[in-house]
Amino acid sequence: MTVDDVPNVRTCITPLKENSRVLKQDRIGALSDKKFFDKKRITLNVDIVIVGSGPAGLKAATSAAEQGVTSILLVDENHLIGGQLVKQTHKFFGSEQEKAGTRGIDIAVELMNQVDFCKNIKYMLETTVIGCYNGRKTHKLIAVKRLKDGDQLFEINCKCVIFACGAMENMLAFPGNDLPGVYGAGGVQTLMNVYGVKPGKRVLMVGAGNVGLIVSYQLLQAGVSVDRVIEIMPKIGGYHVHAAKLCRCGVPIYTSHSIKEVYGKGKVEGAIIVTVNDSFQPIPGTEQDVSCDTVCIAVGLTPSIRLLEQIGAKTEFISEAGGHVAIHDLSMQTSIQGVYVAGDSSGIEEASTAMIEGQLAGISAAALLGYDKNADKLKQICRKALEGFRSGPFGLKPKVCKEKIACCWNGGINY
Amino acid sequence: MEVSTIKQYEETGILSLKDLKLPTDEQLKKGVAIIECVQEIPCDPCVAICPVNAISMKDINDTPKIDFNKCTGCKSCVGICPGLAIFVVKVKDDKAFVTLPYEFLPIPKVGDKVTALNREGKPRGCARIVNVNRTIKTTVVTIEVKKNLAMEIRNIKLD
Repeated sequence: MTVDDVPNVRTCITPLKENSRVLKQDRIGALSDKKFFDKKRITLNVDIVIVGSGPAGLKAATSAAEQGVTSILLVDENHLIGGQLVKQTHKFFGSEQEKAGTRGIDIAVELMNQVDFCKNIKYMLETTVIGCYNGRKTHKLIAVKRLKDGDQLFEINCKCVIFACGAMENMLAFPGNDLPGVYGAGGVQTLMNVYGVKPGKRVLMVGAGNVGLIVSYQLLQAGVSVDRVIEIMPKIGGYHVHAAKLCRCGVPIYTSHSIKEVYGKGKVEGAIIVTVNDSFQPIPGTEQDVSCDTVCIAVGLTPSIRLLEQIGAKTEFISEAGGHVAIHDLSMQTSIQGVYVAGDSSGIEEASTAMIEGQLAGISAAALLGYDKNADKLKQICRKALEGFRSGPFGLKPKVCKEKIACCWNGGINY
Repeated sequence: MEVSTIKQYEETGILSLKDLKLPTDEQLKKGVAIIECVQEIPCDPCVAICPVNAISMKDINDTPKIDFNKCTGCKSCVGICPGLAIFVVKVKDDKAFVTLPYEFLPIPKVGDKVTALNREGKPRGCARIVNVNRTIKTTVVTIEVKKNLAMEIRNIKLD
């Protein structure tokens, strides 16, 4: 969307202001240079910049701070610290060390307090990194901070940068997918759990992975009815325990079903779903009409790697990662010295492993700068924890993803 | 003919009793935890919280194994389980007491009459709230139902 002549604005995370002009936009728009002409830029010099303050970014910041790095800057485009953690109202899985049994939002608060406690961490919110350049000794990031009286351009010079930018939701192509009332699951979660706004009255959830199942349950908790969950695969992708929570509230889950179209005058009034065969092709005559005012799409995520691509990190398409990812070593360093990646940006996984990867990246970046308090031993502990998470059947995909990344790192794509 | 390897609950999300390890009638009399966690997911808070070490796992990805002889039915695991997959069932005379995690508002009160729901969310009669524990964020509710519904009722609906 275009807001006040600035194109490519993610309106879902941009607070509305009085007299804002919000326009629809087709394709990616060019940013007008004029907006930044004759504006003073502020130059900052720091040791480590972390882009993204989700679980990976927060852990990277606190881990680097604990190693003694003197100036760490955390940058996030949202107006809250915590990334997706702030809308995770469910309890996390895992072991005690990874805060199992604690709700995501409570983990976010705990990590925010740690960040506030560390005097060597500064953070800039509502700040979008729009460019990054790889110098010989330092890296340069260009960022825009949204202020009430206009935007401020920043030029940030740093010795290390950790990209913990997370991921974007996947969309599905079907007639009517642009009608108001068709949402991404993450958008619905933001509306409900961050802003306290119900997205609609009756929801059709598309996708029975953990995101689809969890968001459906949270919709029920918010008092929104969920008609059903449909899933194109022959089996439920998310944890059975999440599915069971929905089932015992009376929400049915239909596997081998897909969405054919959404209809309505100016807004969603219903959807046509269809059974699919073993090749995921619709079976004619199996169409069903679902009455709903909201269709929620939870069909996976794609790593956000645009900044990593711009800085020149080597990337590779790995299907288990959810798309293109930056190739990295066991310390989360990319093909460029001093440039690290952690969390969903390095392959779609979940918050617990994102925190551990963030820790690894933070410790490694600190060690590169000469701040080393038992770094090797700590990194070993992190790797062991990651291995644990990735050793069960649900950890198979990220395990294969990381094996392929390791393979690429070692020079070959012979997987 | 192709043999499907997909388990029923992977298609529907609904467990049947044959998927579970069940206690004997004697064990049900003292009250024991029924763990409805059948997949190998990396999670172990139930093992850590059990005061009598009745729940064990080979590693974090193992499914929890419960020793019904050790379990005292203390309900600690019901509120901690991130998957809300643990219930405590106790049978006394012709009544069953089912303790379940409940994360909806309003929170029921002791004495309330509610509708008992099975694993499919279908109403299966009436239940009475006999205990409500709100000390941790997942409210843990104990209901009284007819004995024959002990292994069937897994949720409630406030009328």
